[in-house]
Amino acid sequence: MKILCAVKRVVDYNVKIRVKTDQSGVETSNVKFSMNPFDEIAVEEAVRLKEAGAATEIVVVSVGPAQAQETLRTALAMGADRAILVQTDVETQPLAVAKVLKALVEKEAPGMVILGKQAIDDDCNQTGQMLAALLGWGQGTFASKVVAGDGKVAVTREIDGGLETVELKLPAVVTADLRLNEPRYASLPNIMKAKKKPLETVTPDALGVDVTPRLQTVKVAEPAKRQAGIKVPDVATLVDKLKNEARVI
Amino acid sequence: MANILVIAEHDGASLKPATLNAVTAASKIGGDIHILVAGKGAQAAADAAAKVAGVAKVLLADDAAYEHQLPEDVAPLVVSIAKGGYGHVLAGATSVGKNLLPRVAALLDVAAISDITAVVSADTFERPIYAGNAIATVQSADPVKVVTVRTTAFETAAAEGGSASIEQVAGAGAAGLSSFVSAELTKSERPELTAARVVVSGGRGMQSGDNFPMLEALADKLGAAVGASRAAVDAGFVPNDYQVGQTGKIVAPELYIAVGISGAIQHLAGMKDSKVIVAINKDEEAPIFQVADYGLVADLFKAVPELTEKLG
Repeated sequence: MKILCAVKRVVDYNVKIRVKTDQSGVETSNVKFSMNPFDEIAVEEAVRLKEAGAATEIVVVSVGPAQAQETLRTALAMGADRAILVQTDVETQPLAVAKVLKALVEKEAPGMVILGKQAIDDDCNQTGQMLAALLGWGQGTFASKVVAGDGKVAVTREIDGGLETVELKLPAVVTADLRLNEPRYASLPNIMKAKKKPLETVTPDALGVDVTPRLQTVKVAEPAKRQAGIKVPDVATLVDKLKNEARVI
Repeated sequence: MANILVIAEHDGASLKPATLNAVTAASKIGGDIHILVAGKGAQAAADAAAKVAGVAKVLLADDAAYEHQLPEDVAPLVVSIAKGGYGHVLAGATSVGKNLLPRVAALLDVAAISDITAVVSADTFERPIYAGNAIATVQSADPVKVVTVRTTAFETAAAEGGSASIEQVAGAGAAGLSSFVSAELTKSERPELTAARVVVSGGRGMQSGDNFPMLEALADKLGAAVGASRAAVDAGFVPNDYQVGQTGKIVAPELYIAVGISGAIQHLAGMKDSKVIVAINKDEEAPIFQVADYGLVADLFKAVPELTEKLG
């Protein structure tokens, strides 16, 4: 079974982002970028499925600017076999990415597509579900355990009250939650080897997909700031403040 | 004005509170509000939905195929109903809503708008991005707006006072792509985390799961729910559905007590809209103190039992 894995280049999760003063977006120049953390988990899961003999080839895909090549090289260093960059400088919104991935799925015919459950920049949590819908496949979202069987896959999902297990007919789409696995670090030899692995670049146009954003961002603003609080010296003062000043207990 | 379809989240017998938050968001858009209850033996949930204030009509799709709310089966049902003259499809941004609505949106070939925190107008919404560190205002030109609602950003609609009619609807049934195997739910006597008035959360500073009963004792005194940071969940102190944060649950209680939690961006995204935040931490440089209304620099193993005792 071939596995297609989608990865996104995002502002590193440790960066304290700044909103642009003209409210057009978030400052992204001179900011550290890295692979979306949920996508690292998706790649790791694909590599583990290959190591366990359940998968034969891993193709990683990213939709984004030329710099997303670095993200794909990272995935190759983690163990993916080859990469495809769908290059565009347009803001990538979930529906457009899902359509691009659908076009690639039709070309590559994978048995499973694994994505992260959400990107930490737009926080949408949509692309995997949309891709499954467009393909008419089953979806195993927020996965914390994936067991691939013959013609089917059992996915344990994180839900609000605990866990739920569903069984999907293959091919299927799976989105990774944080607890699915602990992604490996790429070793230096593997990073060197990854440079020689194939990386193909295509455009959305060549795939026949219109990636024009469907949602217009009117403005991006800073959230309301909280008032600076006070430090209390002891528990008795804390209880007093909560009872008589904040009146919450 | 086009009608608004709210997808009910329910357990067959009653509605989940998230549905009531979504109804309030719908009332801010303007238009008749209809609730879809899809399930098996869900008459009681439909009756409850009919009583919700502001609801004009309840659609009940009772079919064994909808028992576990599998999106492969429910999405086509929602799509066929939505095509019959709805301008908006809404659901709470819970694990059920997040699983279902993007699938619905793709089938309708429209963008989905996740986790809205405000309705600016019928086509314009506010939503947090970058773990809540920026608020984006987005406008949709799509014929149907498919939206999930951050429950803590909208009041719950009154569960009584409405008298909507209930109409049976039929769907296509099971799509045959997926099946439910089992569920393993965490049992708790305490209020549900996302709906609790008070939340007591523990972090890595708790050192071990064995120390969580100390927080539970405090929570019981306050009628509070117990939460946790990702560090505490990853260390195995508590199950992962306790997790508060960008990737866990979003809470906005009246009082949030953070115990032994440093206050990483990821955690703050899940609780910084709480009305009053209290931090108990021995590291006075911890970022949590920058958002806490009341901070206590102390050893939690002394301070928490003392707090519990003083509340008695």
